[in-house]
Amino acid sequence: MIPMLIGISLVTLIIMHLAPGDPTSIRYGLNPEVSQSARAKLVQLYGLDKPILTQYVMWLKRILTLDFGRSLLDDRPVITKIMERLPATLLLNILSLILIFGIALPIGVTAAVKYDSVFDKVTTIFVFIGFATPTFWFALMLIMLFGFQLGWFPISGMRPWYVEYYSLGGQIKDLVWHLILPLVATSFGGLAGISRYAKSSMLEAIRQDYIRTARSKGLKERRVIYRHALKNAVLPLITILGFILPSLIGGSFIFETIFAWPGMGRLGYEAIMNYDYTTVMGVGIISTLLTLVGILISDIAYAVVDPRIRYK
Amino acid sequence: MRLVFKQKKIIFGLGLIIIMIALAIFAKFICPQDPYQINLGEHEKLQPPSFEHFFGTDDLGRDVFTRIVYGARISISVGFIAVLISLLIGVLLGAVSGYYGGKADWLIMRLVEIMLCIPTIFLILMALAFLGPSIRNVMIIIGLTSWAGLARLVRAEFLTLRERDYVLAAKILGASDARIIFRHILPNALSPVWVNATLGVGGAILIEAALSFLGLGVQIPTPSWGNILTDGIYYVDSAWWLMIFPGLFILTTVLSFNLVGEGLRDVLDPRLRK
Repeated sequence: MIPMLIGISLVTLIIMHLAPGDPTSIRYGLNPEVSQSARAKLVQLYGLDKPILTQYVMWLKRILTLDFGRSLLDDRPVITKIMERLPATLLLNILSLILIFGIALPIGVTAAVKYDSVFDKVTTIFVFIGFATPTFWFALMLIMLFGFQLGWFPISGMRPWYVEYYSLGGQIKDLVWHLILPLVATSFGGLAGISRYAKSSMLEAIRQDYIRTARSKGLKERRVIYRHALKNAVLPLITILGFILPSLIGGSFIFETIFAWPGMGRLGYEAIMNYDYTTVMGVGIISTLLTLVGILISDIAYAVVDPRIRYK
Repeated sequence: MRLVFKQKKIIFGLGLIIIMIALAIFAKFICPQDPYQINLGEHEKLQPPSFEHFFGTDDLGRDVFTRIVYGARISISVGFIAVLISLLIGVLLGAVSGYYGGKADWLIMRLVEIMLCIPTIFLILMALAFLGPSIRNVMIIIGLTSWAGLARLVRAEFLTLRERDYVLAAKILGASDARIIFRHILPNALSPVWVNATLGVGGAILIEAALSFLGLGVQIPTPSWGNILTDGIYYVDSAWWLMIFPGLFILTTVLSFNLVGEGLRDVLDPRLRK
């Protein structure tokens, strides 16, 4: 985990140093009132005159305490800016994880149990289309259809100013109303992958010897499928969490921008577009950290539910 | 080879890909209109689809069908070149990692893990913003960020193949490591690589479209499927044709590459054969 963080921070630093110009020229280069000596002072303050390795070590020491410095855009501490935005991102991503697994698992399992049936064939086609759909375009289609043509859902934002005057119930209702389109858009991409994985996992479980044993014991088919096979098919899916987390968090950068969702992804996109070096670094580290924590949780969960792993 | 052509998926997908590539190559003959021709006349701007303009016109009076056909050139070439780059890196690193093992293996595998854990899209967005968006940078950066899965695949193949007797025989005959890796092992390790690379072309096209849509990929006025959608978003309430057609083209193209990839997997993986 630690090498991983050092890795991402190094990659970020290298890319930013390959770029032309330095942060002070982006921030103050166009301002004639900033004198050369003042710029020199700033360069010194940020340590930009030191060799890149020294800068890196200095910086690494600070991020261990989650101190990413101040945003070059509005001078507020980067960590404060991220913390403000994190709840919105977590809300969206956790809900979409629940939605993805909630829908994809039953679909995949049913497709496996009724292998080669009409249901299986139809879902296979949908999975193929799902894999090939540009998810940002799907989001745009949702906005076009449900936002403009039908006018059912708001197309952007999370918490308009007027909800302050609503009751608590009204506020929650408004939040759910704003959540629906972004949630559908972010979940769509994962659905195809997970339902397909669930199907192949279930197919494998059904072919095991213990299923034949259960059947020959004379157990009812329902019990064989839903007690014996399902349990073993679902277990490996926990580790899949590690695979979809990076794409889910990566997707935040796109979807939050499209839906003007006030989360960390949009903060990161804006920071990138404004060459706000310190914020970009901070968002990069925190989003990688989120992915790693997710993977760690899924590993622990797997060990908890599957004793075979624990005693290895 | 005969098996390949028995696969419906492959035939269907390959047919679509050939049509798309033909569109891209012969764009000039298929579309007599100039993709950059601006017509600001009242009856030329934002026209819905008609016989004259199959997919309508955009806010500058340009023919959307023409721009999509020209966009195919960019999207498809980005897909191929990005995958070529990731193939070069992935195969080389995977081969070294699997063949030599030890410290090299440890280092490369840590690198692979880092690449798989970082939200790649963030890395790509950042690199493009700081290095400047251009078609060349898009190809290179997508290639540089998508080799990790391939490297892992190739390594796994090498780990089993290096224990084979023919490798030992080659060693005894005094063949160099490079010769063993590239002439003896690699040809036998390629089948999963083809599947992965074909699926990768579709993936790269999807990423390019998203990047161009966000303004960090192919820059206007050069048409690409992604940036036609960026124009479309300003007219999302009125001009549906600006939004639907580019997306359908992306979908169809990616779908056809995926079909070929899946078909290849069915053929090459004997366990999946019925």
